[in-house]
Formats: sequence, C-alpha cells, structure tokens
Amino acid sequence: MSLVTRCAVRAGSYHDSVVLMQLQRALAGLPGVMDAGVVMATPVNRELLAAGGLEVGEAGPDDLLVSVKAESEAAAAEALSRVDALLKVRGAESMGRGAESMGKFRPRSLASALKQLPEARWVSISIPGRYASAVAEEALDAGRNVFLYSDNVPIDREVALKRKAREKGLLVMGPDCGTAVLGGVGFGFANRVRRGDIGLVGASGTGLQAIMSHIHKLGGGISQAIGTGGRDLSAEVGGMTAIQGLDLLRRDPETRVIVLVAKPPAPEVARHLLALARSAGKPVVVHFLGAPLPGRRLGNVSFAATLSEAAELAVQLGDSPEAGDPIEGPVHGLFSGGTLAYEAMHGLSAFLSPEEYNILDLGADEFTVGRLHPMIDLDLRIRKLRQEAGGIVLLDVVLGEGAHADPAGELAPVISEIDATVVVIVIGTDEDPQGLAVQIETLEKAGARVFRTVSEAMEWIFLHRKSTEENLLPVSIQGPVINIGLETFHASLLAQGASSVQVDWRPPAGGNEKLAGILARMKG
Amino acid sequence: MNIDQANRTAVERMMSARPMLTGLAKALDVLPGMRENLILHAGPPIEWERMSGPLRGAVIGALIFEGLAKDEAEAVALVERGEVDFEPCHHHSAVGPMAGVTSASMMVYVVEDSTHGGRSFSNLNEGYGKVLRYGAFSDEVIRKLRWMNGTMAPALAQAVGDGIDLKALLSEALHMGDEGHNRNKAGSLLFLKQLAPRLSDPDVLRFLGDNPLSVLNPVMAACKAMADAAHGIEGSTIVSTMARNGTDFGIRVSGLGGRWFTAPATPPDGLYFPGFSSADANPDIGDSTITETAGIGAFAMAAAPAIVTFIGGTPQDAVHATLEMYEITAAEHDHFTIPALGFRGTPVGIDLRKVVELGITPRVNTGIAHKKAGVGQVGAGLVRPPMEVFEEALVAFAERYGFDEKEA
Repeated sequence: MSLVTRCAVRAGSYHDSVVLMQLQRALAGLPGVMDAGVVMATPVNRELLAAGGLEVGEAGPDDLLVSVKAESEAAAAEALSRVDALLKVRGAESMGRGAESMGKFRPRSLASALKQLPEARWVSISIPGRYASAVAEEALDAGRNVFLYSDNVPIDREVALKRKAREKGLLVMGPDCGTAVLGGVGFGFANRVRRGDIGLVGASGTGLQAIMSHIHKLGGGISQAIGTGGRDLSAEVGGMTAIQGLDLLRRDPETRVIVLVAKPPAPEVARHLLALARSAGKPVVVHFLGAPLPGRRLGNVSFAATLSEAAELAVQLGDSPEAGDPIEGPVHGLFSGGTLAYEAMHGLSAFLSPEEYNILDLGADEFTVGRLHPMIDLDLRIRKLRQEAGGIVLLDVVLGEGAHADPAGELAPVISEIDATVVVIVIGTDEDPQGLAVQIETLEKAGARVFRTVSEAMEWIFLHRKSTEENLLPVSIQGPVINIGLETFHASLLAQGASSVQVDWRPPAGGNEKLAGILARMKG
Repeated sequence: MNIDQANRTAVERMMSARPMLTGLAKALDVLPGMRENLILHAGPPIEWERMSGPLRGAVIGALIFEGLAKDEAEAVALVERGEVDFEPCHHHSAVGPMAGVTSASMMVYVVEDSTHGGRSFSNLNEGYGKVLRYGAFSDEVIRKLRWMNGTMAPALAQAVGDGIDLKALLSEALHMGDEGHNRNKAGSLLFLKQLAPRLSDPDVLRFLGDNPLSVLNPVMAACKAMADAAHGIEGSTIVSTMARNGTDFGIRVSGLGGRWFTAPATPPDGLYFPGFSSADANPDIGDSTITETAGIGAFAMAAAPAIVTFIGGTPQDAVHATLEMYEITAAEHDHFTIPALGFRGTPVGIDLRKVVELGITPRVNTGIAHKKAGVGQVGAGLVRPPMEVFEEALVAFAERYGFDEKEA
C-alpha cells in the first residue's frame, strides 16, 4: 500500500498554535489518515513537516498550512475538506462549553462550598451514615444548621452533635430526618404546600408529610416544618431538637398554631415537651402516634387521635374567629387583685422582655394609703387608664359581695374613649349582685376583650400580639443550602427556587481506612 | 501540636518571602556544596542507571561543556567509572527546568529573599529548539551554552543593577495572561524591559526578546526561595517541594525535613507538536513544579486563558482548574491575584492532609520532553503527581508526630 501526502494552504489565516495542535489531532484521528501536520508555514515549521515526510507546498509565514499523509487519495481529500468545518466546530464548541460550564464548578469539600455560597445557612447531608457525623460536625463548627438525612449514625454521635448545636444556637434535624420545610423550601422528601401559619415539629417524616398534605387540602398552610429524626424523643437524646423546634415555633411570628407529631416519646421527654407546649402561648396540637390520649384539651394543648385529625384541629385553630387585626405595643397591667397581677406577670415574663410589660397591683399598700381599695374605688385606675394611651391594657374586674356595685359601668366610658387594646379579666359568678352577664356585655360594648381567666387572656394576647422584634429566631430558619450527598435533593432545592451548591463528596482518602484514621486523628 | 497553626506559619513565610534577582555567578562559586565533578539534576535523587533519555543526554552535554569529556563515549565511560557525582539541584538551593542539569562552571541566577535572607539559584534558559535541558548535546548546543555563559551572563549580571523584584514582576505577569509556568510571555518581556537599559549587545537583546521563556529560570529560583521559606516548620503538612527527574516524581514536606517521598513519574496528558504523539513522551521531568508549589503555574491557570486549550479548551476550564486547587491549599495568596476571579489570591500552600482526604492531587502545567535524548520538546499539557507520594508522606507524618494507630 502506498501512502499519499497532500496539503492545503489557507493564506493569511492566523491561528493560535494550540488551536492548530487540536486541529491536527482531529485530522490524525480521521479514518485512513496516518499523520497530519497543521502549522503556520514559517520556514522552521515547513522544515519540520518536510522532515516528517509531509508535503509542504507553497506557503509563507502568515499562511496556515495543513498537510496529511493518508492511505488513499480519497482519505487525504476527505481530511483536507474537513479543515474549515473542524476549525468552525472548535470555535462553537468552546463557546458552548464555556457558557454551559459557567459557574458550575462542583466543590469537593464543605469548606470550599461555603466559599462559593457564604450565605448558606443550612447543610443538607445525605451521605453514608459512617461518614455523615464528621461532615455534620464540620458544618456545625462552620456555624451552619444541619439537615441530616443519613441514617446509621450512632446514637452517641447524635447526642454529641445535638449538644454542640444547642451550645452554638444551631439546629440539627436528624439523623434519619426525611422531611423539613423551612421558609417555604422543602428539604429531603417534602410535598409542595402553601405557606401559612401552621408550624410543625415532628419525629416522623411521613407523619409530617401526611399532616402537611392534609392541611394543604383543607386550605391551610405551613410556616415551618421541623424534622427531628426518629430517635430524638428517646431518653438518651432527650428530645433536644424537638425542644429547640417548639421553642423556635413558639417565637416565630409567622406561626400561629403548632403541631407536634411523634411516635410515643420516652415518658420524661413527653412530660418536658408537654410542659413546653403548655407555655407556648399559642395553640398546640399534639399527636403521639398510637398513644392513649390524656384528654381532648388541656389549656392551649389539644390532643389528636390521628394524623388527619391533627391536621384538622390545626386548621380549625388557625381559622378561629378570634383571628383579627394584630395588636401591638407594650402591655400595661392595672390590677386590683394581687394574685391576678402576679399570675399575669408570670405569664408575660415567659415570653416578653422586661421592657415590654409593666404590671401594677393597685391593691398593694403603697397605692392604698389614704384611699379605698381599688375593688371599691376605681378612680386611680380610671386616671391611669387615661394616661396609658396606646399599647395593650390589662385590667381585672372582681365582682361579688363587698366590691363596687357597677365596675363595668364606670370603666366602659373610659375604655371606649382611649386608644388602646383593652383586655379585661372578669372574676365572678352568675349569682354575684353586679350581674355577671351585664358586666361582661357592658365591657365588650365599650370595645374590651373579656376573659374569665388570666391564662385565657394571656393566650389571646400571645396569639395576637405582633412581635416588635424581627429575627426572634435563634437559628435562621431558611436560607441557601449546601447539599452533600443525594443529587436529587440539590435538583429539587433548585427547582423550588432556593440557592443550593452541590458538593461532589467522596469518602475521605478514597475510602482507605488507615489513611482516613490518621486524618481523623490529625483533626483531633 | 497545632497543625493548622504550623501551616499558617509556613504559608505566611511563603507569601512574605521577597525574592530579588541580585546577580549572576558561577555555580562553583555560589552554590552551597558545589564541586567540580558534581552534576546537579532536576527532581529527587537518582543514579545514572535509572536516568531517562533526556537526563542522560543533558549529563553528557554538561560533561562535554565542562571539558571533562570530549564526546558521548568518553562522558559515559567517565560516569561508569564512578568519577561523576549526581545530586538534586534541590539539595543545593537550586532548581532547573526539565533535566535541570547544572555543572560547576555554568553561570546561575542568584536570587535573595530579602525578607528571610535565604538564597536560591537557577541556570540560564536556552530557549526552544535543540537544548541541553531536553538532553541535546550536539556541538551547536554546546556552542550556544558557551556563548550564554561567556557573553550573555556577564552582560545580564551587569544589567541586573540594583536587583529585580521578581515577586512584583510575577504579580504583574499574572495580570497579563501568564500563569508563570507554561506561559511566561508577558513576564519575559517585563524582564527584558528591566534589563534593556543596561544591555548594549544586540545579540543578547535579541536572544532574550525571542525567548518567551527567558524569565522562567529566575521565576523558578524565586519560587524556590518562597518554598524554602516555608520549609522546616515543625508540625506543618505544607508541601515545600515537588520535582521530577524524568523517572520519579518526588515531594518533600515542610514538617518532615529533607526526606523525599517518590513514586514513578507518569507521562503528561497533553497536546503534541506536529509529527509527535504520546508514544514519544518521556515521563514527567523538571524542577519547574516549584511554581505550583509556590502557588502559581497550574494553580493560577484562571489567569492564563490563552493557554486553556492544553487543559480542556475553554476559559471556564481554566477557572475550574484554579478553583479545584483551592480545595487542597491552605491559603489564598496575598500578592499573586487573578483578575478573572475578582482578584482573588491564587491557591497557595498545598496541604498534604487535604490532598489525601479529598483525593485531589496538585495540577501541574508542563512541557513534554521526547523520551530520546536531544529531540527536545514534543508538546505541552497537564500532569498530576502520583497519589502514593502524598499517602506515604502522610503516613510518615503520622509516625513522626504520633498520629499513627498505636497512638490511638
């Protein structure tokens, strides 16, 4: 077989030498082509090609010289005919690839992902369990909250991670946390639900999904859904994440009703959570799967027997007719009863900072020098009411023998006159001489909110009072995400419009346990 | 012991080093431990029997240049009688591209670190074509070396004047499309600009101007000065040397003294000049990896979009190359910055721990030598050191500092 050498010249066509080398490689790869040379036709280059047995033709230093050695005339001609197309393809290809890969660098470590997306607040981890806790710890050390989907994380590691998170004011959802909705963005497995005012804390991923979907169907919406991981409510872990979650939702201004769902917790954990729920200052619906109900309702806490009932109760409570315009401002208490004043102060102090409330017991000795007890003499309260324009005013009206004959009648004109939200606690019975129903009606007509117990009044205030503080939450409950592990989670975060950076994670030291052990000890 | 703290110290020293080119001198007069029968070479230590073609060729050329042999046969006989010693440039504060061969009477650049006081050295760059560093030793090659040594070097020594700030030169070159290893076009012109006012010989001016690599050797000596400043920090896992001799790839680590960790060098992956292919390529060779060690070269690839075709083809690939190197480095350079990355500092200070943990070896931009002595450069491309050298170094570090298993 005799080889054919042929060449072509493109006069005055300058190309970078690297472009030419690539073209040469492409030509040499064509069928039937044995060798190819693509050069700017300088004397040196022509010499080089000639020495390699390639044809060099007539060309000068500013000309592009393309020369091929092929098995046949046809193969040589075919190769030369492709030159311009190949040069063009190269240009287009590099432009396309440039645009496509723009900004798509996949970091390999959390540290460099955080450099790429420094505003990330959450790290979502779904790598094999034996590697997951080290990565979760790294995230906490970097001051980020953790959504830990991975399972098979030892329980002592879970406890250590959650302790560290608590100390740092961060949240670890999981391990084995399947679901969360944070600031309208679903993590892990999550249904698309409308945003709303129902916040959930759950140790059961599918439980959360079932309740959220049902709430959505009933027309309600979700503020936040916080997963805790299946073992959180065990005695060892002590419900650390659930407690943080309840506390978060209690103080989250967007959340008006809280749902707590879990398999039956360890008894001491259940007690702790219920105590916290009682003092949440918002309605809380509790569903411990399969556990007997302690009652239908204890104060602000309602118990649901099923997942769907939990959703229904939450929606009802959220829709309660009491919902109206939010109230705002500091709380001023003008009490005649010392114990009532004390109970109100105790309740308020759990949720408000000291500057936000001021409770006066006008029955205390300092106020009664030279005047009658405020249960009989309303003058001081009326004067103070006029002074306290704005904010929320909390009054007690104590009926019965010995008390003023018509306290409501005396208070009503002032209440309707002042620019404040007035909340009145009426203590008395339907047999009292003042007439309980008439007293309440008079107060309500004047624009007051009337309750029969301090705790009901507190509950109403908490439910309706607009927080004066922004960013009450100790952990940022939303924000961009670093995703380490399942790429579908990354894709779904992006599809929901959230920012996410995917880490191209691999086991440390390529899975070599000896080296990984050394590295772990070096981190010490 | 705090490794992070030790690494910060090492990298801080690397970045604060200020290499100044202060003159040129005869190797025998300035290189510590230099002797007349000693030939320095690139990379980790190697004996004649294991040397690759280009390194052997360069050794033969150096022996002829020194007048110790009159031809190849005599040179080989001399070596085989054991009358010639071989040691790495790195053992004598020096570096050299490709074969790196430096002999007693060759003139070398003298670089002084005005911050820490160290000195480093590099031989002269011969340009492209038939050159000693690729193993060529024909009469023409030796003639050129003699002219460089006898005519150019004294002229340069005089032209250097009060000294040339190589760190400033490199910072500027990085903003002009160089990455300091495979592309030194801008840096070489800046170098010529600084020398030209005191040069009168048109041959010297033309030689420097025609050689887009003329500044490579001083740059390498500068990088050596920076890397040496970071070497010897107790407890530091920063890589302070990467070098290849054409047979082995070797590294040294700041906290592990002079010990080399080596493994067989692999041929680079790259593009080839007309008439050559990967079948012609010698395994990776040269001390020029000192540039990557000091945080430029392939680490600064995002600064050099003009040569991206060597590594994939698009400017974005170049950016990704640099982004990848941030994964395994301890810091971002205070002085070397990359406009395309918003003037972010180049990734600097290779951390052994990160290399092993993430499984990412340093990128190295390199020229490719023909495996036969004297043919010269056949292409250019990318190479990565073998992972084993980092793994071995990590194990040695664990033994030295008590992080090995018996400790646990």
